[in-house]
Amino acid sequence: MNISQILFWILTVLALGSALGVVLSKNPVYSVLCLIVTFFAISGHYILLNAQFLAIVNIIVYAGAIMVLFLFVIMLMNLNAEVEPQKSKILKFAGFIAGLCLFLVIVAALKNAEAKTQAAQLASGDIGLIKNLGTALFNDYVLPFEISSVLFLSAMVGAVVIGKKE
Amino acid sequence: MPINYYIITAIALFCIGITGVLTRRNAIIIFMCIEIMLNAVNLLLVAFSKMFHMAYLADPAKAATSGIDGQLFVFFIMVVAAAEVSVGLAIIVMMYRNTHSVDVNFLNRLKN
Repeated sequence: MNISQILFWILTVLALGSALGVVLSKNPVYSVLCLIVTFFAISGHYILLNAQFLAIVNIIVYAGAIMVLFLFVIMLMNLNAEVEPQKSKILKFAGFIAGLCLFLVIVAALKNAEAKTQAAQLASGDIGLIKNLGTALFNDYVLPFEISSVLFLSAMVGAVVIGKKE
Repeated sequence: MPINYYIITAIALFCIGITGVLTRRNAIIIFMCIEIMLNAVNLLLVAFSKMFHMAYLADPAKAATSGIDGQLFVFFIMVVAAAEVSVGLAIIVMMYRNTHSVDVNFLNRLKN
């Protein structure tokens, strides 16, 4: 068991544990903090897979921008554990059973998948570097890139139109 | 690292997200669980991209670029997720301003 595999298990346990913390914690602020830990663990996975550009973008976009937005909205609404609406016990139990069943069904469906004998390359390979990704992005994916800028413009206009007082 | 460890991890993260959507009533928490599901798919796409890169490593014609599409898909998923969060949180803030609650059970007017 070398250092990459040890890091893989640590990051996996961290990601799954903090994702469970998002679902289970009563206070919405703790949920957001657990979600930040999940995003950092997934960024660690990207670094382990040598996808360095995606790791940095994940930290900047998710942990930097999106999570600040979530925390801002939660603190603006002054949510805490006392005002948190709770579902009844039976509905929570049914939700957990449904999630567990979905997990079992997908795992069972992939039991004989062909790809499972292959391995992912850890800590080497240079397709995740910004030079190669940039070349592919601006040669083969120019049109989706430009369309995504239009998407951002429309999202910005939409957020302002929804947010302003009428 | 065998790819099935990544598959199981991503499925587990996705199912935790599904469970959160099913068991919580706070609209913001439901939104955060959707983000967990998106990230599970992103992790699986990156792992598969590295898997194909390793599979074509011996082929000199494809060794430089195989698997690069998966990482670009992840980039575009992040772009769409950022746009989605800005609009979604604006909708939640508007809902809070009208009903003074983020409880999704409050929004059952279509039922009657």
